[in-house]
Amino acid sequence: MFINSIASFGKYCIFIAQVFRAPDKWKEFFKRLVFEINKLGVDSIPLVIIISLFIGAVITIQMTINIVSPLIPSYSTGLATREILLLEFSSTMMCLILAGKVGSNIASEIGTMRVTEQIDALDIMGINSANFVVLPKIIGFVFFVPVLCILSMFVGLVGGWIIAEFTTMISVEDYVFGIQSFFNEWYVWYGIIKTVIFAYIIASVSAFYGYFVKGGALEVGQASTKAVVSSSILILFFDVILTKLLLQ
Amino acid sequence: MIEAKNISKWFDGQRVLYDISATFETGKTNLIIGQSGSGKTVFMKCLIGLLTPEEGSILYDGRRFRSMSAQEKRKLRMEIGVLFQGSALFDNETVLGNVMFPLKMFSPLSHEEQLDRAQFCIHRVGLSNADNKFPSEISGGMQKRVAIARAIALNPKYLFCDEPNSGLDPKTSILIDELLSDITHEYQITTIINTHDMNSVLGIGEKIIFINKGHCDWVGNDKNIFRSKSQSLNDFVFASQLFREVKNFLEREYEAEEDM
Repeated sequence: MFINSIASFGKYCIFIAQVFRAPDKWKEFFKRLVFEINKLGVDSIPLVIIISLFIGAVITIQMTINIVSPLIPSYSTGLATREILLLEFSSTMMCLILAGKVGSNIASEIGTMRVTEQIDALDIMGINSANFVVLPKIIGFVFFVPVLCILSMFVGLVGGWIIAEFTTMISVEDYVFGIQSFFNEWYVWYGIIKTVIFAYIIASVSAFYGYFVKGGALEVGQASTKAVVSSSILILFFDVILTKLLLQ
Repeated sequence: MIEAKNISKWFDGQRVLYDISATFETGKTNLIIGQSGSGKTVFMKCLIGLLTPEEGSILYDGRRFRSMSAQEKRKLRMEIGVLFQGSALFDNETVLGNVMFPLKMFSPLSHEEQLDRAQFCIHRVGLSNADNKFPSEISGGMQKRVAIARAIALNPKYLFCDEPNSGLDPKTSILIDELLSDITHEYQITTIINTHDMNSVLGIGEKIIFINKGHCDWVGNDKNIFRSKSQSLNDFVFASQLFREVKNFLEREYEAEEDM
């Protein structure tokens, strides 16, 4: 098990060295980059909006219900909602969700290319297939994911505001005052830095599993599952390390 | 001309190719035949360079593949066209996009010239009104034609075809065979076709190499395959009732010729 993990890590490093090379044709690379930004990033916007909106609303409700002490100021709900969104939800939780959507997409697409010999066809043409197929996905996703992170933070706060506006649980003034209080700009950067690293993990690990698929449709499905599971575990692992490094 | 000398290949300690030597001639359709699992696809992948044989060498017009630098290998790959068993067309590209692809990546031609070349190739393989269709929107036979068009787009010196007839009806198979044969003669390409289709063997087998359990058991052509004394080849060739009857008929013909 341990030896296998070391061997896989070595294989991953060689794969990444193959991916991060100058593209054969820059024009083709930029064309594919735009395509991948659209497919992996822009297409994820609806999912990010829906999840962030509802989770923002739910966090606000839960905070309002649980913070009922007269000793705690009423604006605490807004403050707690903001901190949860900025520190953990819009980066880590959102990336865990995106690992499912984007990770499985990347692994299954590249895996299918492998089993249908499309990757062999690229290799035969003398094209660095890993670079050609994978690099635009990694760069595209890493480039766009901060947008998703900031969008998630904003929409999550809007979700909380909707609860304040349309229920009697908390006043809009208290909520808005709460989300503006004790604001630490670094938390936004902390969230973005984490998201960028998690995006790299999702794209590269999923591409790795897809690229080395052997077999047929069954193996492509297995690779997709492994990609999501491994990405998720690595995200949680790096979340601990980054939190320790960036917030101390 | 491609020469394979003493090729041996192992997978996980198990030997799958035993000291195979063969010569594939320019301007001819060279067929590698054999049963499923005989090692012919592995042999072809060794020839193309997708697999590295543990022993032996492969020479492309005298150029030893293993001794080539990365730059030389890259240059050689531009001289190679490959038709994969499943066509291996890029799903997110149209027919025209697929054929244009190698031109866009390697050709110094302008966009208009690339377009002209791609359309010429598409026309050459007998496709029309399919430029803007995606691979999933066309039939298996059409996909093979697109794959052939893509393979010849860069004017290759060597064309490799892995089971070009698999999954096709007999009539379409013959059309694909004829197309490959015509292209080979027209452009003087060294064509290597991996097949177990006896119609192809008899139709376009200008040179035939029979591989059995990883060994090269017989070398000949479509004219003398019925007169072979190789038991393993005869078991392969005359596996079907149709070909057993053809053999009996031919034997009677030969006897009649000898009597005369």
